[in-house]
Amino acid sequence: MRYLPHTDSDIAAMLKVIGAGSTDDLFANIPEAVRSGRKMDLPPAMSEWDLRARMEALAAECPDCKFFLGAGKYDHYIPAVVTNLLERSELLTSYTPYQPEVSQGTLQAVYEYQTLTARLLGLEISNASMYDGASALAESLLMATRIRKKSKGKIVLSSLIHPSYGQVVKTYFRPTPFEITFLPALADGRTDVSALADMDDVVAVAVQSPNFFGCLEDLAGIGSLVGQTEAIFVTCFTEPLAFGLYQPPGTQGAAIACGEGGSLGLPPAYGGPGLGMLATKMDYVRRMPGRVVGKTTDANGKEGFVLTLATREQHIRRARATSNICTNSNFCAIAAAVYMACLGKIGFRELARLNYDKTEYLKQQLRRAGMALPFGAPTFNEFVVKLPPGFERKHAELAASSGIVAGLPLAEWYPDLADHYLLCVTEKITRADMDHLIKEVSE
Amino acid sequence: MKKPTATTGLKWDEPLLWEKGQSGRSAFSLPARDVEQFAVESGMEGKGPDFPDLSEPEVVRHYTRLSQWNYGIDAGLYPLGSCTMKYNPKINEAIAALPGFASPHPLLPEQFCQGTLRVMAELERFLAEITGLDAVSLQPAAGAQGELAGMLLIQAYHQARGDSRTKLLVPDTAHGTNPASASLCGYQPVAVASNDQGILSAETVAEFMDEQTAGIMVTNPNTLGLFEENIMAIAEIVHEKGGQVYCDGANMNALFGRVDMRKMGVDVLHLNLHKTFSTPHGGGGPGAGPVCVKQHLEKYLPVPRLMEKQGRFSWSSDAPDSIGRMHGFYGNFGVMVKACCYILSMGAENLQKVSELAVLNANYLKERLKQTLYLPYDRLCMHECVFTDKNQAECHVNTLDIAKRMIDYGFHPPTIYFPLVVQGALMTEPTETETRETLDAYIAAVEAIAKEARTEPELLRQAPTVSRLRRLDETTAARNPCLSG
Repeated sequence: MRYLPHTDSDIAAMLKVIGAGSTDDLFANIPEAVRSGRKMDLPPAMSEWDLRARMEALAAECPDCKFFLGAGKYDHYIPAVVTNLLERSELLTSYTPYQPEVSQGTLQAVYEYQTLTARLLGLEISNASMYDGASALAESLLMATRIRKKSKGKIVLSSLIHPSYGQVVKTYFRPTPFEITFLPALADGRTDVSALADMDDVVAVAVQSPNFFGCLEDLAGIGSLVGQTEAIFVTCFTEPLAFGLYQPPGTQGAAIACGEGGSLGLPPAYGGPGLGMLATKMDYVRRMPGRVVGKTTDANGKEGFVLTLATREQHIRRARATSNICTNSNFCAIAAAVYMACLGKIGFRELARLNYDKTEYLKQQLRRAGMALPFGAPTFNEFVVKLPPGFERKHAELAASSGIVAGLPLAEWYPDLADHYLLCVTEKITRADMDHLIKEVSE
Repeated sequence: MKKPTATTGLKWDEPLLWEKGQSGRSAFSLPARDVEQFAVESGMEGKGPDFPDLSEPEVVRHYTRLSQWNYGIDAGLYPLGSCTMKYNPKINEAIAALPGFASPHPLLPEQFCQGTLRVMAELERFLAEITGLDAVSLQPAAGAQGELAGMLLIQAYHQARGDSRTKLLVPDTAHGTNPASASLCGYQPVAVASNDQGILSAETVAEFMDEQTAGIMVTNPNTLGLFEENIMAIAEIVHEKGGQVYCDGANMNALFGRVDMRKMGVDVLHLNLHKTFSTPHGGGGPGAGPVCVKQHLEKYLPVPRLMEKQGRFSWSSDAPDSIGRMHGFYGNFGVMVKACCYILSMGAENLQKVSELAVLNANYLKERLKQTLYLPYDRLCMHECVFTDKNQAECHVNTLDIAKRMIDYGFHPPTIYFPLVVQGALMTEPTETETRETLDAYIAAVEAIAKEARTEPELLRQAPTVSRLRRLDETTAARNPCLSG
């Protein structure tokens, strides 16, 4: 086997040093009663040729299709620079940087990621990443309970937060006595926060912007409302590119901004791995979950980087840690940093603008074709459209015949929204693609 | 070994990203604009993020230079105990990058995703077979999230029986994440001490186990690299009091084909795909931490679950007893592809050989080094062994000094000061992909360092000397945190 280097004579010589007769003898401490006693039933070992052929065949079962799908994963163009740099095995095959002297590459790259993230979200600091947007939101809300030192109370979520994120929050809060409450939607596709005024014991309020319908929330308005209470204002996002065009959450009162950073240079990869982003104010740094890289100096006074504030973490604080996260999405964070570096200020803004304009074009054409766009709030690269009753069958036919996925049917998550679809447009969708879609939809 | 083998090479200094570039540069090209501009609602528009503007060559050089400051498994031995830094096959990366795996959107109609779903279904079956357990969820995004999933499953199981237990037993030789995961799940972790053999004794567990205790989290093999020989008796005690047995399977690479988790009495276990099944760790992730359970816990597994009907795969969230969702979509699919490729390229016989050679390498290191470094538990070890700095203490040289000196000899140091039960630990895991020659070179380096500790201890205290940076001041970094520039 090509990954196993030992020759028979290596094994014999090593066993002799150990004083064992065979490799079986090395397992003498495993009691007979727990031994498996049979060979594992797995397919026979494949050569690289066979493995490649088999997996290529499976990959080919996933045909290339045109999808107008967003809803938490956005298909953006990834510059070749990003893919190429991430193939560098020094970045790919290194471990968590416990020995900073031989991990400065990872450490500086993450320090830069933290900085770019803080700037993007308009907050002071960022951690080194979380698993994905959903767990980042759950951990942010747990962080809010630590900041306010509360052991019970209400966690208030907008019902226009990505439904999966809401479910993950519920899972993380299962063992706690906190009560999870949802705020309804307004007719314009934004969150109705009026109920907040009458609520007691609110520990955190979480709103997503752009929200699940692609609508921009009035974060500044909600922020000032929450600011009058004891509650921590948490904002989340699934599409950080929006902050190339719109104001970032940190400048609008968010104490914690979190979400999914997959838009920044990661392929959809059927939903994972993603990049959980989490940024906050310096005041809350010791309540923040996850790893963090800090700047320091070495014995010669030279600038360098280390993992820091480890006293918040599981390997030191154990049961009293701010979270149990250990492995995070470091490599994805580096991908995002390279992506942000490639775009720069100008590119990021122009790309956001292009996504916006393309979406507005599709909205305009759909309106012209007589379709209803029920929500009036401004959107970013995705929006809800009501299509004629019975489009459901056409939706499936389109997919089967021409590989066009005309958005996400919303009824599954929002039963009131039968015949409503969430459509997404990124820079990869051309005007011709959109015109094709409009033609199919209007027929 | 006469002298250090690491050389200095070209050592670049590289400024921070925003200290480079010029306003007006860009490393990105936009697709041709084929739609007109539309107005943005006034008052909501921002200025865009304050990012530096760099050209493509500047970006490429920046990250190329940074990468050259990193030590990766492709560069050499990475003997971090409990981290299982083995060689990652290149073909797996190529396969995970195939457009059919990298580009599917997670919400595509299932007809477009049968290939990705089949990969997941096969991996689920392989992991069930490897562990001997009944059902698998691939959803947890990392080992620690798998631990949390496992804790939630145990809690859901107790709750369904109307049983609200408050405590959980966690041995002192468990991974650091275990108590944190138990606590995140609302359990009060109760530390259980290992015995003078470095393993749990059934009597100690019996002392702590009661009807208020939800179960036990055992790391097996434990973080001393030792097999928990009393696991069956321990499981019996825990089960007798109505508890559940959780096994932290992060060290499963020692046990391929050797044990049956069911016979051990394990009810739920997580695996670390990025350790055990050779997925690159990317400097800290992503990983994946599937949970494997016995049948009685299956109905509590996270949703959605993967279903198969007449050769077609689909997702189902129809599981009223489920603990719920743990990931925005289905977990880290990209990592699953690599793990699946690894298992397919190994087969049962080679996987079993992986464990034999991992254990052979660890025991070889242990035997060869135990005259040099103090070995607190002189027993047959599994895939890793733990030394300490006790022999070097008389020269006023400690674990950190030894570790840093290894860098000068061209090796990544082992895990240090962990597990906490051993003072000044050097937890060493060579893995099965290392040759005897590499191990011999490592042994020679450690012997040379031990000699230096006696003759020139200052060399160790000053180490590392040939790395680009010398020892970094972690105390100041924590006292005055500077986390962004």
